[in-house]
Amino acid sequence: MNSGIRFDSVTVTYGGHDGHTALDALDLTVEPGEVMALLGPSGSGKTTALRAVAGFVRPASGRVFIGDRDVTALPPHRRGIGMVVQQYALFPHLRVDENVAFGLKAQKVPKADVPGRVADALELVGMGAYAKRYPRELSGGQQQRVAIARALAIRPGVLLLDEPLSALDAQLRSGMLAELARLHRELPDVSILYVTHDQVEALTLADRIAVMDRARLQDCGTPQELYRRPRTEFTASFVGNANLLPVAVGEGSVSLGGAELKVATDGVAAGAAATLCVRPHLVGLGPGPNALTGRVTEVQWRGATHRLFVEVGGQVVKADVRELRQPPLLGEEVVLHFAPEDGVLLAAGVRGG
Amino acid sequence: MPAFVWALPPLALLGLVFLYPLALVVQQSVRPDSGGTSLQPYADVFGSAAFRDALGTTVWLAVGATVGCLVLGFTLALVIAFVPFPGGKAVARFIDVFLSFPSFLVTLALLFVYGTKGMANGLWTDATGSTGDGPFQFLTTPWGVLLAEITYFTPFVMRPLLAAFSQLDTAQLEVASSLGARPARIVRRVILPEALPALAAGGSLVLVMCLNEFGIVLFTGAKGVTTLPTLVYGKAMLESDYPAACVVAVVNIAISVGLYGLYRVVSRRAGA
Repeated sequence: MNSGIRFDSVTVTYGGHDGHTALDALDLTVEPGEVMALLGPSGSGKTTALRAVAGFVRPASGRVFIGDRDVTALPPHRRGIGMVVQQYALFPHLRVDENVAFGLKAQKVPKADVPGRVADALELVGMGAYAKRYPRELSGGQQQRVAIARALAIRPGVLLLDEPLSALDAQLRSGMLAELARLHRELPDVSILYVTHDQVEALTLADRIAVMDRARLQDCGTPQELYRRPRTEFTASFVGNANLLPVAVGEGSVSLGGAELKVATDGVAAGAAATLCVRPHLVGLGPGPNALTGRVTEVQWRGATHRLFVEVGGQVVKADVRELRQPPLLGEEVVLHFAPEDGVLLAAGVRGG
Repeated sequence: MPAFVWALPPLALLGLVFLYPLALVVQQSVRPDSGGTSLQPYADVFGSAAFRDALGTTVWLAVGATVGCLVLGFTLALVIAFVPFPGGKAVARFIDVFLSFPSFLVTLALLFVYGTKGMANGLWTDATGSTGDGPFQFLTTPWGVLLAEITYFTPFVMRPLLAAFSQLDTAQLEVASSLGARPARIVRRVILPEALPALAAGGSLVLVMCLNEFGIVLFTGAKGVTTLPTLVYGKAMLESDYPAACVVAVVNIAISVGLYGLYRVVSRRAGA
């Protein structure tokens, strides 16, 4: 089946002519069989993008393609899309197997094939034993599995997942993440658009992540690229945790407060202002390369780690270090360091926005 | 002061204004004018053709009006709830206002439009120049009563339906359409099943109200249409045959209470 999704300069506005722009000229391609996460805070336009693919919002301009079919003007029921939403949206008066059969009957699948395909879909998500239950008799995680089976039963080329795990508690969520990853391995041809505000879900599942903010696409790349080499401050702070420190750029080094730090400065002119991004867990305590001296302003014990907040030249640097037997006292002077290759320089003017 | 004392005032009030007159009605129905206590009035009334006609007319009018209200009310509520149009909210508000109108007002309005000397017939006679009556004479037939009852009672079905529709998770409708269901299938397979309790509630309310409707039947001026309430009126006020009037009233009450009981049983089953 021909799958894959392409947004061609899609703009969506709500509330008439000069209404509020929910999605601003989005260009994005999801390759066939790829998992693309749309990651961003609420109101960033990620759900609007998903709804434009499903057909629930009509773009003010631009085209939406599924495979090489232009679906911009098609009603939702003719798009052949599987969709799973946060609150499951199972039909409460139908049993589990009837819920899964709903799409098959709507698409006029031959009657004789329906029971087999329902059983296959339920087996795929491990819910075969619950076929005769009603949704209200199932837990949240089980209901979400049924919702996924219902979406997959129609064998869609494209699967849209709208915050599918947000209603589940933390433990279930991690189990369902593994389950979704397994499903994707078993259905390698299905393209998945996965809307989430949770960076862990995006990093775990996605082949690529599109970072959205304020109705715009901010950044797009593999999880490794976005995490190790973010291009904007917004990406750096939204995908993982980050120290974002204003620095002055020199030749092959930058200066923060009085300290000279060695980092790659390619692409940034000497003398310019820039932002240095260092992940807190890559900052070490004690002397080393790129040492920074400062005073401890706060210590948070998080079980396996201690997070230290250290004031260096007027900036607060976060450091996540392995649990300390004797954590430093507040106001104590400590030395932090990080490896030159762990610092990423973000040129000024690439602030998220 | 023991707690049961607080139950006395409402019980006394209920007894005085409702249960005692009800008992009087039942008592009167077994006291024929010839004296003594006997079931003779029941035999007389059940044996009369007028009563059997009125019973039949009452039941088919009530059932017909209920079915009409359910179909019309469901359709209108669907449009108001799910088809965005300018002024939709105002229409929903107007439904509430409509519920407070007296039933004869609707009948009166229909008389102005379709009555023998109403607007529709006036337009017809003006246009054709004929001197006879216009073609719209159905208002004085049972069909006129049916039309008036459907017009008046439809909002009573729409109110609970609109409340039920506002509870419906729109994500269900969206998922259904993404699964390939057209609007007609979504209405049949998703919206209708979830609206059934509201339909049952509105429908049974309308059925009971139609069975007991008096004003509409009287105001349409349909002389040939006799229902149980108008029969009670005729027997008591025009013929001064109180035992017969009370028999008909008892039958009317029994049907209403019986239907209400049936509704409670059915709704409890559906809810379980």
